[in-house]
Amino acid sequence: MTQGKTIAEKIFSAHSGTDAHAGDIVVADVDFVMGQDGTTPLAIRALENMGVEKVFDPAKVAVVMDHSSPSPIEGVSALHTLMREFGKKTGAKVYDVGCGVCHQLIPENGHVVPGDLMVGCDSHTCTYGAVNVFSTGVGSTDGAAAMASGKLWFKVPDTMKVTYDGELQPGVFSKDLILALAGKIGVDGATYMALEFHGPVIDALSVDARMTISNMAIEVGAKAGLMKADSKTLKWYEGRGDRAPRPVDPDADAVYAEEIVFDASAIGPMVAKPHAVGNVSPIEEVAGTPIAQGYIGTCTNGRLEDLKIAADILRGRKVHPDVRLIIAPASKQILLDAMEAGYIRDLVEAGAVMVTPGCGPCVGTHNGVPSDGENVISTANRNFKGRMGNSNAFIYLGSPATVAASVIEGVITDPRKYFTGGEV
Amino acid sequence: MAITAKAFKYGDDINTDYIISGKYKFKSNDMAAMSVHAMEELDPHYHEKVSPEGGFLVAGTNFGMGSSREQAPLVLLGSNTKAVLAKTFARIFYRNAINTGLPVVECDTDLIADGDSLELDLEAGVLKNLTQGTEIPFAPLPPVMAQLLADGGLVEHFKKHGGFAVR
Repeated sequence: MTQGKTIAEKIFSAHSGTDAHAGDIVVADVDFVMGQDGTTPLAIRALENMGVEKVFDPAKVAVVMDHSSPSPIEGVSALHTLMREFGKKTGAKVYDVGCGVCHQLIPENGHVVPGDLMVGCDSHTCTYGAVNVFSTGVGSTDGAAAMASGKLWFKVPDTMKVTYDGELQPGVFSKDLILALAGKIGVDGATYMALEFHGPVIDALSVDARMTISNMAIEVGAKAGLMKADSKTLKWYEGRGDRAPRPVDPDADAVYAEEIVFDASAIGPMVAKPHAVGNVSPIEEVAGTPIAQGYIGTCTNGRLEDLKIAADILRGRKVHPDVRLIIAPASKQILLDAMEAGYIRDLVEAGAVMVTPGCGPCVGTHNGVPSDGENVISTANRNFKGRMGNSNAFIYLGSPATVAASVIEGVITDPRKYFTGGEV
Repeated sequence: MAITAKAFKYGDDINTDYIISGKYKFKSNDMAAMSVHAMEELDPHYHEKVSPEGGFLVAGTNFGMGSSREQAPLVLLGSNTKAVLAKTFARIFYRNAINTGLPVVECDTDLIADGDSLELDLEAGVLKNLTQGTEIPFAPLPPVMAQLLADGGLVEHFKKHGGFAVR
């Protein structure tokens, strides 16, 4: 009798033409390859060194200018030029400045569909696990090899099954769920493994909210953060691209290396404290910490639902005079949708500063580098020392609701009062 | 071929932002210029300490966590780092190191103190702590990675075989 398979084992079997199980090494066909402006230049150099002039399929390669975009300095301008020339030469899709964060653009434009295997030269490529894609981050040379050949070698990972039972309480969001996992298993708790997320709480989440969870799989060392494709996923894909989804469910008798079950009803707002994503506390322990800057955006929490949550709290209120609130929508489409819905007006009237759709200040290249000694509350996925461009700043991570509530009072604030008291 | 050099020891969970900060990696494609900032967040003098005579970067668990930036192994190479020795590695860094030709060794680094003189022979699979007079066992590389390293990294592997020839 054959052994049941996880989502990861099934996707690797289908893409390698083998009966793939955890621990196997396979060379697999990839459905898409992506690079961003911090990693593509090195991939272009690797392709040149390989003597490769063409990509394996121009329709399956995209490069995105998002991390430092529009360019703040000449050096970056030269790298962006290199990427544009690469697009012209090879036919690869180029997403230029202002299009948005790669991890929003790739699924938003239907470049990947459920059942796909894809690699991206960015560690948060794991985001599309939320739409049933085995997507994982690789370096520039691996990315170049995949762009050249349409293939890459992989070790089929073991899978950790994470189940969220119960239901989310008002004022608690998917960001809090993944921070709870990081706090429980630590920053290397799932190294080399794929995560599979299950349970009624995941089923109840929107696709936007699911992406927040899969996005942070890498923060516990995981290779992917997979979910099933359900009717919500398939509806989300209507009108996106021209490839048909091929949803992959795990077998009922799939073998998991580890299983963790959370009672989500007992999870409140969570905050990761400086300088590690695993340094997680319930918000009660950090409430009252003064902040100088708030940031809502990134591939973790820059989506329409995130902007709505923030707008619902900030509408008719003001950002504290001692605090800057910076907002970067994850894509141009999200910016347009948020304008249409009135969220942008609400946020700007409350005192928010809008910056270009893209990574914003997350990675320390531009758009709001904090000053020495300042505390920042951010919806991003990393709070490493120096991450936002200043090693003497302190970064706290939370949900969009936590950031919105905090910037009003100028201190880290539990957002639940805006949900339980009917204030929103 | 055995390499002898000094150990420069650091802690657990060293992420790629510490190895090379995002604020530098976006500025250029010039790794020599960027290498002076290697490990800067943890040790502002890493480059000047290690580059003249070379050294082994020794760490605890989960070395190279975080971003996929390949600038991380490249700036370590640019600082004359001969190999990284750690208890465990983060997955993307491990692949990037092999692909770019930076040897990575998983071993019990509690057996190494900062400043110890080490001798590493990757082919023979031998790591000696010359200061303490001990031999430290380590697991061999997975066969695919050993083959890629033997070919001189992934770029050379592709040039030689015209694509993936691993199995």
